[in-house]
Amino acid sequence: MNAALEIAALSARGLRKRYGASEVVRGVDLEIAPGECFGLLGPNGAGKTTTLRLCLGLTEPDAGEIRLLGLPVPARAREARRAVGVVPQFDSLDPDFTVAENLLVYGRYFGLRDGEIRGRIPRLLEFAGLAQRAGARISTLSGGMKRRLALARALVNEPQVLVLDEPTTGLDPQARHLVWERLRQLAQEGRTLVLTTHFMEEAERLCARVAIMDGGRIIAEGAPRALVAAHIEPEVLEVHGPGLGRWLGRARGLLARIERAGETAFCYADDVRPAIESLAAEPDLLYLHRPANLEDVFLKLTGRDLRD
Amino acid sequence: MRAARLYAPPAFSLRFVPVWRRHFLVWRKLAVPSILGNLADPLIMFFGLGYGLGAVIGTLEGTSYFAFLAGGFVASSTMYAASFEALYSAFSRMHVQKTWEAIVNAPMDLEDVLAGEWLWAATKAFAAGLAMLAVVAFLGFAAWPIAVFAVGAVALVGLAFAGAGLAVNALANGYDFFSYYFTLVLTPMMMLSGVFFPLGMLPQPVQALAQVLPLYHGIELVRPLLAGRAPEAALAHVAVLCAWALAGYYAATVLTRRRLLQ
Repeated sequence: MNAALEIAALSARGLRKRYGASEVVRGVDLEIAPGECFGLLGPNGAGKTTTLRLCLGLTEPDAGEIRLLGLPVPARAREARRAVGVVPQFDSLDPDFTVAENLLVYGRYFGLRDGEIRGRIPRLLEFAGLAQRAGARISTLSGGMKRRLALARALVNEPQVLVLDEPTTGLDPQARHLVWERLRQLAQEGRTLVLTTHFMEEAERLCARVAIMDGGRIIAEGAPRALVAAHIEPEVLEVHGPGLGRWLGRARGLLARIERAGETAFCYADDVRPAIESLAAEPDLLYLHRPANLEDVFLKLTGRDLRD
Repeated sequence: MRAARLYAPPAFSLRFVPVWRRHFLVWRKLAVPSILGNLADPLIMFFGLGYGLGAVIGTLEGTSYFAFLAGGFVASSTMYAASFEALYSAFSRMHVQKTWEAIVNAPMDLEDVLAGEWLWAATKAFAAGLAMLAVVAFLGFAAWPIAVFAVGAVALVGLAFAGAGLAVNALANGYDFFSYYFTLVLTPMMMLSGVFFPLGMLPQPVQALAQVLPLYHGIELVRPLLAGRAPEAALAHVAVLCAWALAGYYAATVLTRRRLLQ
Protein backbone atom coordinates (compact mmCIF):
# COMPACT_ATOMS: atom_id res chain seq x y z
CA MET A 1 0.00 0.00 0.00
CA ASN A 2 1.20 3.48 -0.80
CA ALA A 3 2.46 5.13 2.38
CA ALA A 4 0.82 8.45 1.48
CA LEU A 5 -2.59 6.81 1.42
CA GLU A 6 -2.26 5.81 5.03
CA ILE A 7 -2.00 9.41 6.22
CA ALA A 8 -5.42 10.63 7.21
CA ALA A 9 -6.62 13.75 5.44
CA LEU A 10 -7.69 15.02 8.82
CA SER A 11 -7.38 13.51 12.25
CA ALA A 12 -8.25 14.97 15.61
CA ARG A 13 -8.05 13.48 19.05
CA GLY A 14 -9.52 14.72 22.30
CA LEU A 15 -10.34 18.22 21.02
CA ARG A 16 -11.61 20.63 23.63
CA LYS A 17 -12.42 24.32 23.38
CA ARG A 18 -13.89 26.63 25.95
CA TYR A 19 -15.31 30.11 25.39
CA GLY A 20 -15.82 31.84 28.70
CA ALA A 21 -18.00 29.71 30.93
CA SER A 22 -19.17 27.28 28.25
CA GLU A 23 -17.12 24.47 26.77
CA VAL A 24 -18.34 24.32 23.16
CA VAL A 25 -16.17 21.38 22.07
CA ARG A 26 -15.92 18.67 24.69
CA GLY A 27 -13.67 15.86 23.56
CA VAL A 28 -14.06 15.36 19.81
CA ASP A 29 -12.23 12.63 17.86
CA LEU A 30 -12.22 12.58 14.06
CA GLU A 31 -10.44 10.42 11.52
CA ILE A 32 -11.12 11.27 7.88
CA ALA A 33 -9.46 9.25 5.13
CA PRO A 34 -8.20 10.76 1.87
CA GLY A 35 -10.97 10.88 -0.72
CA GLU A 36 -13.71 10.43 1.85
CA CYS A 37 -16.80 12.61 1.97
CA PHE A 38 -17.48 13.22 5.63
CA GLY A 39 -20.41 15.09 7.15
CA LEU A 40 -20.51 16.73 10.54
CA LEU A 41 -24.12 17.07 11.58
CA GLY A 42 -25.65 18.79 14.53
CA PRO A 43 -28.18 21.35 15.66
CA ASN A 44 -27.21 25.01 15.93
CA GLY A 45 -24.67 25.49 18.68
CA ALA A 46 -23.52 21.86 18.63
CA GLY A 47 -19.90 22.93 18.07
CA LYS A 48 -19.58 22.07 14.36
CA THR A 49 -18.14 25.37 13.19
CA THR A 50 -15.77 25.61 16.15
CA THR A 51 -14.57 22.08 15.39
CA LEU A 52 -13.83 23.10 11.79
CA ARG A 53 -12.04 26.25 12.93
CA LEU A 54 -9.90 24.18 15.27
CA CYS A 55 -9.06 21.71 12.49
CA LEU A 56 -8.02 24.55 10.17
CA GLY A 57 -5.81 26.06 12.86
CA LEU A 58 -7.83 29.28 13.03
CA THR A 59 -8.23 29.00 16.76
CA GLU A 60 -6.22 27.10 19.35
CA PRO A 61 -7.68 24.10 21.16
CA ASP A 62 -7.53 24.00 24.95
CA ALA A 63 -6.65 20.32 24.65
CA GLY A 64 -6.24 17.72 21.94
CA GLU A 65 -4.15 16.91 18.90
CA ILE A 66 -4.92 17.71 15.27
CA ARG A 67 -3.22 16.68 12.05
CA LEU A 68 -4.32 18.15 8.75
CA LEU A 69 -2.79 16.34 5.74
CA GLY A 70 -0.20 14.92 8.12
CA LEU A 71 0.90 18.28 9.51
CA PRO A 72 0.41 19.23 13.15
CA VAL A 73 -2.21 21.94 13.74
CA PRO A 74 -2.03 24.74 14.78
CA ALA A 75 1.80 24.63 14.69
CA ARG A 76 1.98 24.08 10.90
CA ALA A 77 -1.61 24.87 9.99
CA ARG A 78 -0.65 27.58 7.54
CA GLU A 79 1.42 25.13 5.49
CA ALA A 80 -1.35 22.55 5.63
CA ARG A 81 -3.88 25.06 4.31
CA ARG A 82 -1.92 25.34 1.07
CA ALA A 83 -3.70 22.15 -0.01
CA VAL A 84 -7.06 22.97 1.57
CA GLY A 85 -10.01 24.91 0.20
CA VAL A 86 -12.60 26.46 2.51
CA VAL A 87 -16.17 27.48 1.74
CA PRO A 88 -17.21 29.52 4.76
CA GLN A 89 -20.71 29.57 6.19
CA PHE A 90 -21.13 33.28 5.61
CA ASP A 91 -20.56 34.82 2.25
CA SER A 92 -17.16 36.54 2.28
CA LEU A 93 -16.79 37.38 -1.40
CA ASP A 94 -15.25 40.76 -2.14
CA PRO A 95 -18.18 43.03 -3.07
CA ASP A 96 -15.87 45.58 -4.71
CA PHE A 97 -14.58 43.09 -7.26
CA THR A 98 -15.97 41.31 -10.27
CA VAL A 99 -16.40 37.54 -10.31
CA ALA A 100 -13.04 36.97 -12.04
CA GLU A 101 -11.24 39.48 -9.81
CA ASN A 102 -12.47 37.61 -6.75
CA LEU A 103 -10.70 34.49 -8.02
CA LEU A 104 -7.55 36.37 -9.03
CA VAL A 105 -7.17 38.17 -5.72
CA TYR A 106 -7.87 35.01 -3.72
CA GLY A 107 -5.36 32.96 -5.70
CA ARG A 108 -2.65 35.45 -4.75
CA TYR A 109 -3.11 34.54 -1.08
CA PHE A 110 -1.81 31.09 -2.03
CA GLY A 111 1.33 32.59 -3.52
CA LEU A 112 0.17 31.77 -7.05
CA ARG A 113 1.38 33.95 -9.90
CA ASP A 114 -1.20 36.04 -11.72
CA GLY A 115 -0.59 34.20 -15.00
CA GLU A 116 -1.15 30.86 -13.29
CA ILE A 117 -4.40 32.03 -11.71
CA ARG A 118 -5.67 33.60 -14.93
CA GLY A 119 -5.03 30.26 -16.62
CA ARG A 120 -7.29 28.54 -14.08
CA ILE A 121 -10.11 31.08 -14.04
CA PRO A 122 -12.01 29.93 -17.17
CA ARG A 123 -12.19 26.35 -15.90
CA LEU A 124 -13.25 27.48 -12.42
CA LEU A 125 -15.98 29.70 -13.85
CA GLU A 126 -17.12 26.87 -16.10
CA PHE A 127 -17.32 24.56 -13.08
CA ALA A 128 -19.32 27.15 -11.14
CA GLY A 129 -21.68 27.79 -14.06
CA LEU A 130 -20.50 31.41 -14.16
CA ALA A 131 -18.62 31.40 -17.47
CA GLN A 132 -20.80 34.22 -18.80
CA ARG A 133 -20.43 36.24 -15.62
CA ALA A 134 -16.67 36.78 -15.37
CA GLY A 135 -17.04 40.56 -15.42
CA ALA A 136 -20.20 40.75 -13.29
CA ARG A 137 -20.29 42.56 -9.97
CA ILE A 138 -20.98 40.44 -6.91
CA SER A 139 -24.10 42.43 -6.04
CA THR A 140 -25.73 41.28 -9.31
CA LEU A 141 -25.36 37.57 -8.48
CA SER A 142 -28.09 35.39 -6.98
CA GLY A 143 -27.53 33.53 -3.72
CA GLY A 144 -26.83 30.31 -5.60
CA MET A 145 -24.31 32.00 -7.89
CA LYS A 146 -22.52 33.52 -4.92
CA ARG A 147 -22.27 30.13 -3.25
CA ARG A 148 -20.93 28.57 -6.43
CA LEU A 149 -18.40 31.37 -6.74
CA ALA A 150 -17.35 30.77 -3.13
CA LEU A 151 -16.90 27.11 -4.11
CA ALA A 152 -14.86 28.06 -7.19
CA ARG A 153 -12.75 30.37 -5.04
CA ALA A 154 -12.04 27.51 -2.64
CA LEU A 155 -10.75 25.49 -5.61
CA VAL A 156 -8.34 28.11 -6.94
CA ASN A 157 -5.39 26.33 -5.29
CA GLU A 158 -6.54 22.89 -6.54
CA PRO A 159 -6.93 21.60 -2.98
CA GLN A 160 -6.81 17.99 -1.81
CA VAL A 161 -9.19 18.71 1.04
CA LEU A 162 -12.30 20.85 0.79
CA VAL A 163 -13.94 22.12 3.97
CA LEU A 164 -17.51 23.38 3.59
CA ASP A 165 -19.46 24.97 6.41
CA GLU A 166 -23.17 24.58 5.62
CA PRO A 167 -22.67 24.80 1.86
CA THR A 168 -26.34 24.97 0.87
CA THR A 169 -27.96 26.87 3.73
CA GLY A 170 -30.29 29.51 2.33
CA LEU A 171 -30.37 28.15 -1.24
CA ASP A 172 -33.48 27.21 -3.19
CA PRO A 173 -33.90 23.58 -4.32
CA GLN A 174 -32.51 24.14 -7.83
CA ALA A 175 -29.44 25.91 -6.52
CA ARG A 176 -28.98 23.28 -3.82
CA HIS A 177 -29.11 20.40 -6.29
CA LEU A 178 -26.56 22.11 -8.50
CA VAL A 179 -24.17 22.53 -5.55
CA TRP A 180 -24.66 18.87 -4.61
CA GLU A 181 -23.90 17.87 -8.17
CA ARG A 182 -20.66 19.85 -8.11
CA LEU A 183 -19.65 18.40 -4.76
CA ARG A 184 -20.20 14.88 -6.09
CA GLN A 185 -18.01 15.76 -9.04
CA LEU A 186 -15.26 16.92 -6.68
CA ALA A 187 -15.57 13.75 -4.63
CA GLN A 188 -15.28 11.73 -7.87
CA GLU A 189 -12.03 13.49 -8.60
CA GLY A 190 -10.72 12.01 -5.36
CA ARG A 191 -10.82 15.10 -3.19
CA THR A 192 -11.60 14.82 0.49
CA LEU A 193 -14.78 16.65 1.45
CA VAL A 194 -15.55 17.67 4.99
CA LEU A 195 -18.86 19.43 5.38
CA THR A 196 -21.11 20.56 8.16
CA THR A 197 -24.82 20.68 7.65
CA HIS A 198 -28.09 20.51 9.46
CA PHE A 199 -29.84 19.18 6.37
CA MET A 200 -30.00 15.45 6.89
CA GLU A 201 -31.00 14.95 3.29
CA GLU A 202 -27.79 16.63 2.20
CA ALA A 203 -25.70 14.39 4.42
CA GLU A 204 -27.52 11.27 3.27
CA ARG A 205 -27.01 12.15 -0.38
CA LEU A 206 -23.40 13.21 -0.24
CA CYS A 207 -21.58 11.67 2.67
CA ALA A 208 -20.15 8.19 2.94
CA ARG A 209 -19.84 8.74 6.65
CA VAL A 210 -21.36 11.18 9.08
CA ALA A 211 -20.87 12.13 12.70
CA ILE A 212 -23.71 13.60 14.71
CA MET A 213 -22.60 16.26 17.18
CA ASP A 214 -24.55 17.63 20.07
CA GLY A 215 -23.44 19.65 23.05
CA GLY A 216 -19.81 19.66 21.87
CA ARG A 217 -19.55 15.86 21.57
CA ILE A 218 -19.90 13.32 18.80
CA ILE A 219 -22.83 11.18 19.87
CA ALA A 220 -23.03 8.86 16.85
CA GLU A 221 -20.87 8.10 13.85
CA GLY A 222 -21.10 5.87 10.78
CA ALA A 223 -22.51 5.48 7.28
CA PRO A 224 -25.94 7.15 7.03
CA ARG A 225 -27.74 3.84 6.34
CA ALA A 226 -25.87 2.04 9.09
CA LEU A 227 -26.87 4.77 11.52
CA VAL A 228 -30.51 4.45 10.51
CA ALA A 229 -30.33 0.67 10.88
CA ALA A 230 -28.60 0.87 14.25
CA HIS A 231 -30.70 3.54 15.88
CA ILE A 232 -34.16 3.39 14.46
CA GLU A 233 -36.95 1.14 13.19
CA PRO A 234 -37.09 1.08 9.38
CA GLU A 235 -40.61 2.51 8.89
CA VAL A 236 -42.24 5.69 10.06
CA LEU A 237 -45.83 6.81 10.23
CA GLU A 238 -46.46 10.50 10.88
CA VAL A 239 -50.00 10.98 12.13
CA HIS A 240 -51.87 14.16 13.01
CA GLY A 241 -55.45 15.39 13.30
CA PRO A 242 -58.41 15.26 15.70
CA GLY A 243 -58.71 12.06 17.68
CA LEU A 244 -54.96 11.45 17.68
CA GLY A 245 -54.89 10.63 21.41
CA ARG A 246 -57.71 8.13 21.08
CA TRP A 247 -56.05 6.37 18.16
CA LEU A 248 -52.66 6.26 19.91
CA GLY A 249 -54.31 4.52 22.86
CA ARG A 250 -55.49 1.75 20.55
CA ALA A 251 -52.45 1.56 18.27
CA ARG A 252 -49.73 1.64 20.90
CA GLY A 253 -49.38 -2.13 20.87
CA LEU A 254 -48.81 -2.15 17.08
CA LEU A 255 -45.84 0.23 17.19
CA ALA A 256 -42.30 -0.12 18.49
CA ARG A 257 -41.90 3.50 19.50
CA ILE A 258 -43.94 6.71 19.44
CA GLU A 259 -42.57 10.25 19.61
CA ARG A 260 -45.13 12.95 20.24
CA ALA A 261 -44.28 16.45 18.99
CA GLY A 262 -47.19 18.81 19.58
CA GLU A 263 -50.10 17.70 17.42
CA THR A 264 -48.09 15.12 15.49
CA ALA A 265 -47.15 11.57 16.47
CA PHE A 266 -44.08 9.99 14.88
CA CYS A 267 -44.66 6.26 15.02
CA TYR A 268 -41.80 3.84 14.39
CA ALA A 269 -42.04 0.11 13.70
CA ASP A 270 -40.48 -2.69 11.66
CA ASP A 271 -43.81 -2.96 9.86
CA VAL A 272 -46.39 -0.19 10.15
CA ARG A 273 -49.09 -1.87 8.00
CA PRO A 274 -51.18 -3.04 10.98
CA ALA A 275 -51.13 0.52 12.33
CA ILE A 276 -52.21 1.90 8.94
CA GLU A 277 -55.08 -0.59 8.89
CA SER A 278 -56.15 0.60 12.33
CA LEU A 279 -56.23 4.18 10.98
CA ALA A 280 -59.17 3.20 8.75
CA ALA A 281 -61.42 3.64 11.79
CA GLU A 282 -60.22 7.25 12.24
CA PRO A 283 -61.18 9.10 9.01
CA ASP A 284 -60.23 12.50 10.54
CA LEU A 285 -56.58 11.57 11.03
CA LEU A 286 -54.05 12.41 8.33
CA TYR A 287 -50.94 10.31 7.96
CA LEU A 288 -47.70 10.00 6.02
CA HIS A 289 -46.00 6.64 5.62
CA ARG A 290 -42.30 6.75 4.76
CA PRO A 291 -39.02 4.89 5.34
CA ALA A 292 -36.93 6.04 8.30
CA ASN A 293 -34.10 8.39 7.44
CA LEU A 294 -31.15 10.14 9.00
CA GLU A 295 -33.36 12.94 10.24
CA ASP A 296 -35.24 10.47 12.44
CA VAL A 297 -31.94 9.29 13.89
CA PHE A 298 -30.84 12.86 14.38
CA LEU A 299 -34.04 13.88 16.16
CA LYS A 300 -34.01 10.76 18.29
CA LEU A 301 -30.44 11.42 19.41
CA THR A 302 -30.55 15.20 19.77
CA GLY A 303 -34.17 15.63 20.82
CA ARG A 304 -36.90 17.79 19.32
CA ASP A 305 -36.29 20.91 21.39
CA LEU A 306 -35.46 24.14 19.59
CA ARG A 307 -31.80 25.14 19.66
CA ASP A 308 -31.83 28.85 19.12
CA MET B 1 -4.41 31.57 23.81
CA ARG B 2 -1.32 31.31 25.95
CA ALA B 3 0.12 34.62 27.12
CA ALA B 4 3.48 33.97 25.46
CA ARG B 5 1.83 33.71 22.04
CA LEU B 6 -0.63 36.51 22.68
CA TYR B 7 2.15 38.97 23.48
CA ALA B 8 4.76 37.66 21.04
CA PRO B 9 6.12 40.33 18.70
CA PRO B 10 4.47 40.18 15.27
CA ALA B 11 6.27 37.99 12.78
CA PHE B 12 6.81 39.92 9.59
CA SER B 13 6.50 38.23 6.22
CA LEU B 14 6.19 39.33 2.61
CA ARG B 15 2.84 37.55 2.61
CA PHE B 16 1.36 40.97 3.42
CA VAL B 17 1.87 41.89 -0.26
CA PRO B 18 -1.27 40.20 -1.68
CA VAL B 19 -3.34 41.79 1.09
CA TRP B 20 -1.93 45.21 0.26
CA ARG B 21 -2.57 44.56 -3.43
CA ARG B 22 -6.18 43.62 -2.71
CA HIS B 23 -6.78 46.95 -1.00
CA PHE B 24 -4.93 48.78 -3.76
CA LEU B 25 -7.10 47.15 -6.42
CA VAL B 26 -10.27 48.30 -4.61
CA TRP B 27 -8.86 51.80 -4.19
CA ARG B 28 -7.80 52.02 -7.86
CA LYS B 29 -11.44 51.72 -8.83
CA LEU B 30 -12.33 54.74 -6.70
CA ALA B 31 -9.03 56.61 -6.63
CA VAL B 32 -10.14 60.01 -7.89
CA PRO B 33 -13.19 60.49 -5.62
CA SER B 34 -11.13 59.04 -2.77
CA ILE B 35 -8.31 61.56 -3.13
CA LEU B 36 -10.73 64.44 -3.66
CA GLY B 37 -12.62 63.32 -0.55
CA ASN B 38 -9.41 63.28 1.46
CA LEU B 39 -8.52 66.76 0.19
CA ALA B 40 -11.87 68.53 0.37
CA ASP B 41 -12.18 68.78 4.14
CA PRO B 42 -8.67 70.04 4.91
CA LEU B 43 -8.74 72.42 1.94
CA ILE B 44 -12.01 74.02 3.05
CA MET B 45 -10.57 74.51 6.53
CA PHE B 46 -7.26 75.70 5.11
CA PHE B 47 -8.77 78.37 2.87
CA GLY B 48 -11.45 79.38 5.35
CA LEU B 49 -9.04 79.87 8.22
CA GLY B 50 -6.27 81.19 5.99
CA TYR B 51 -8.38 83.96 4.49
CA GLY B 52 -10.58 84.66 7.47
CA LEU B 53 -8.32 84.36 10.49
CA GLY B 54 -5.28 85.19 8.39
CA ALA B 55 -6.70 88.68 7.79
CA VAL B 56 -7.00 89.22 11.55
CA ILE B 57 -3.71 87.62 12.54
CA GLY B 58 -1.46 88.98 9.82
CA THR B 59 1.84 87.16 10.28
CA LEU B 60 2.69 84.38 12.71
CA GLU B 61 6.22 83.26 13.61
CA GLY B 62 7.49 85.47 10.82
CA THR B 63 5.34 84.00 8.04
CA SER B 64 1.84 84.50 6.66
CA TYR B 65 -0.91 82.63 8.48
CA PHE B 66 -1.48 80.63 5.28
CA ALA B 67 2.12 79.45 5.34
CA PHE B 68 1.78 78.58 9.04
CA LEU B 69 -1.35 76.52 8.42
CA ALA B 70 0.16 74.70 5.42
CA GLY B 71 2.49 72.52 7.51
CA GLY B 72 -0.25 71.76 10.03
CA PHE B 73 -2.73 70.69 7.38
CA VAL B 74 -0.28 68.49 5.48
CA ALA B 75 0.32 66.55 8.72
CA SER B 76 -3.27 66.53 9.96
CA SER B 77 -4.81 65.44 6.65
CA THR B 78 -2.34 62.53 6.67
CA MET B 79 -3.47 61.71 10.20
CA TYR B 80 -7.15 61.70 9.22
CA ALA B 81 -6.63 59.62 6.09
CA ALA B 82 -4.70 56.97 8.05
CA SER B 83 -7.31 56.93 10.80
CA PHE B 84 -10.29 56.60 8.47
CA GLU B 85 -8.69 53.70 6.65
CA ALA B 86 -7.51 51.88 9.79
CA LEU B 87 -10.87 52.36 11.52
CA TYR B 88 -13.90 52.44 9.21
CA SER B 89 -12.44 50.61 6.24
CA ALA B 90 -10.52 48.00 8.22
CA PHE B 91 -13.55 47.38 10.42
CA SER B 92 -15.67 46.76 7.32
CA ARG B 93 -13.17 44.20 6.10
CA MET B 94 -12.71 42.60 9.51
CA HIS B 95 -16.27 42.53 10.75
CA VAL B 96 -18.82 43.29 8.05
CA GLN B 97 -17.48 41.84 4.80
CA LYS B 98 -15.52 39.01 6.51
CA THR B 99 -12.61 39.73 4.18
CA TRP B 100 -10.08 38.89 6.89
CA GLU B 101 -11.80 35.59 7.59
CA ALA B 102 -11.62 34.66 3.91
CA ILE B 103 -7.92 35.52 3.81
CA VAL B 104 -6.93 33.46 6.85
CA ASN B 105 -8.68 30.43 5.34
CA ALA B 106 -5.90 30.58 2.75
CA PRO B 107 -2.30 29.90 3.83
CA MET B 108 -2.10 33.32 5.47
CA ASP B 109 -1.76 34.28 9.12
CA LEU B 110 -3.71 36.98 10.90
CA GLU B 111 -0.41 38.84 11.18
CA ASP B 112 -0.08 38.92 7.39
CA VAL B 113 -3.55 40.46 7.19
CA LEU B 114 -2.65 43.05 9.85
CA ALA B 115 0.65 43.96 8.23
CA GLY B 116 -1.19 44.42 4.95
CA GLU B 117 -3.80 46.63 6.65
CA TRP B 118 -1.17 48.68 8.44
CA LEU B 119 0.96 49.33 5.38
CA TRP B 120 -2.09 49.93 3.24
CA ALA B 121 -3.57 52.53 5.62
CA ALA B 122 -0.12 54.16 5.76
CA THR B 123 0.04 54.12 1.94
CA LYS B 124 -3.36 55.71 1.58
CA ALA B 125 -2.44 58.33 4.19
CA PHE B 126 0.79 58.94 2.32
CA ALA B 127 -1.18 59.57 -0.87
CA ALA B 128 -3.49 61.99 0.97
CA GLY B 129 -0.52 63.80 2.55
CA LEU B 130 1.23 64.06 -0.80
CA ALA B 131 -1.91 65.46 -2.41
CA MET B 132 -2.12 68.14 0.30
CA LEU B 133 1.60 68.79 -0.09
CA ALA B 134 1.12 69.25 -3.82
CA VAL B 135 -1.66 71.77 -3.20
CA VAL B 136 0.33 73.88 -0.73
CA ALA B 137 3.38 73.68 -3.01
CA PHE B 138 1.24 74.84 -5.92
CA LEU B 139 0.13 77.78 -3.79
CA GLY B 140 3.77 78.61 -3.17
CA PHE B 141 4.08 77.47 0.45
CA ALA B 142 6.83 74.91 -0.09
CA ALA B 143 10.47 75.94 -0.35
CA TRP B 144 12.22 73.43 -2.58
CA PRO B 145 14.43 71.47 -2.41
CA ILE B 146 14.38 71.19 1.41
CA ALA B 147 10.60 70.73 1.35
CA VAL B 148 11.08 67.37 -0.33
CA PHE B 149 12.05 65.90 3.05
CA ALA B 150 8.49 66.57 4.20
CA VAL B 151 7.55 63.53 2.12
CA GLY B 152 9.41 61.32 4.62
CA ALA B 153 7.69 63.01 7.56
CA VAL B 154 4.32 62.41 5.93
CA ALA B 155 5.14 58.70 5.56
CA LEU B 156 5.99 58.45 9.27
CA VAL B 157 2.82 60.25 10.35
CA GLY B 158 0.82 57.78 8.22
CA LEU B 159 2.51 54.75 9.80
CA ALA B 160 2.00 56.12 13.32
CA PHE B 161 -1.73 56.78 12.92
CA ALA B 162 -2.34 53.60 10.95
CA GLY B 163 -0.89 51.54 13.82
CA ALA B 164 -2.86 53.40 16.49
CA GLY B 165 -6.03 53.20 14.40
CA LEU B 166 -5.77 49.43 13.98
CA ALA B 167 -5.33 49.05 17.74
CA VAL B 168 -8.57 50.98 18.26
CA ASN B 169 -10.23 48.94 15.51
CA ALA B 170 -9.46 45.75 17.43
CA LEU B 171 -11.49 47.11 20.37
CA ALA B 172 -14.47 48.37 18.37
CA ASN B 173 -17.92 46.84 18.62
CA GLY B 174 -19.36 48.96 15.82
CA TYR B 175 -18.81 52.05 13.71
CA ASP B 176 -20.19 54.30 16.46
CA PHE B 177 -17.20 53.46 18.61
CA PHE B 178 -14.96 55.34 16.19
CA SER B 179 -16.71 58.66 16.70
CA TYR B 180 -15.33 58.61 20.27
CA TYR B 181 -11.84 58.22 18.91
CA PHE B 182 -12.30 61.04 16.43
CA THR B 183 -14.02 63.36 18.90
CA LEU B 184 -12.08 62.59 22.05
CA VAL B 185 -8.64 61.81 20.64
CA LEU B 186 -8.02 63.23 17.18
CA THR B 187 -9.88 66.56 17.49
CA PRO B 188 -8.14 67.50 20.77
CA MET B 189 -4.87 66.39 19.21
CA MET B 190 -5.45 68.89 16.39
CA MET B 191 -5.78 71.63 19.03
CA LEU B 192 -2.76 70.52 21.05
CA SER B 193 -0.32 69.89 18.23
CA GLY B 194 0.06 73.36 16.76
CA VAL B 195 -2.02 73.03 13.62
CA PHE B 196 -3.87 76.34 14.08
CA PHE B 197 -1.65 78.26 16.50
CA PRO B 198 1.83 77.92 18.00
CA LEU B 199 2.02 75.62 20.99
CA GLY B 200 3.69 78.34 23.07
CA MET B 201 0.28 79.99 23.53
CA LEU B 202 -0.93 77.09 25.68
CA PRO B 203 -0.24 76.64 29.44
CA GLN B 204 2.98 74.81 30.32
CA PRO B 205 1.41 71.50 31.48
CA VAL B 206 -0.58 71.30 28.24
CA GLN B 207 2.57 71.93 26.24
CA ALA B 208 4.23 69.07 28.08
CA LEU B 209 1.33 66.79 27.16
CA ALA B 210 1.64 67.79 23.50
CA GLN B 211 5.23 66.53 23.51
CA VAL B 212 3.99 62.92 23.51
CA LEU B 213 1.47 63.35 20.68
CA PRO B 214 2.51 62.03 17.27
CA LEU B 215 0.80 64.83 15.36
CA TYR B 216 2.87 67.44 17.22
CA HIS B 217 6.08 65.75 16.12
CA GLY B 218 4.84 65.39 12.56
CA ILE B 219 4.11 69.13 12.39
CA GLU B 220 7.43 70.01 14.03
CA LEU B 221 9.05 68.22 11.07
CA VAL B 222 6.78 69.31 8.21
CA ARG B 223 6.40 73.02 9.02
CA PRO B 224 10.09 74.02 9.03
CA LEU B 225 10.79 71.78 6.02
CA LEU B 226 8.09 73.55 4.00
CA ALA B 227 9.65 76.87 5.03
CA GLY B 228 13.00 75.61 3.74
CA ARG B 229 14.61 75.15 7.16
CA ALA B 230 16.02 72.02 8.81
CA PRO B 231 13.77 71.11 11.78
CA GLU B 232 15.25 71.47 15.25
CA ALA B 233 15.82 68.13 17.00
CA ALA B 234 14.71 66.36 13.85
CA LEU B 235 15.98 62.97 14.99
CA ALA B 236 13.99 63.18 18.22
CA HIS B 237 10.79 63.89 16.26
CA VAL B 238 11.53 61.01 13.88
CA ALA B 239 12.21 58.73 16.85
CA VAL B 240 8.89 59.58 18.55
CA LEU B 241 6.95 58.97 15.33
CA CYS B 242 8.74 55.63 14.80
CA ALA B 243 7.99 54.66 18.40
CA TRP B 244 4.29 55.47 17.88
CA ALA B 245 4.21 53.50 14.64
CA LEU B 246 5.81 50.40 16.16
CA ALA B 247 3.97 50.59 19.49
CA GLY B 248 0.66 51.11 17.69
CA TYR B 249 1.27 48.20 15.37
CA TYR B 250 2.32 45.96 18.25
CA ALA B 251 -0.77 46.93 20.28
CA ALA B 252 -2.91 46.30 17.20
CA THR B 253 -1.36 42.85 16.81
CA VAL B 254 -1.94 41.82 20.43
CA LEU B 255 -5.47 43.22 20.60
CA THR B 256 -6.48 41.68 17.27
CA ARG B 257 -5.09 38.29 18.27
CA ARG B 258 -7.10 38.53 21.46
CA ARG B 259 -10.20 39.44 19.50
CA LEU B 260 -9.99 36.90 16.66
CA LEU B 261 -7.76 33.98 17.61
CA GLN B 262 -9.19 33.06 20.99
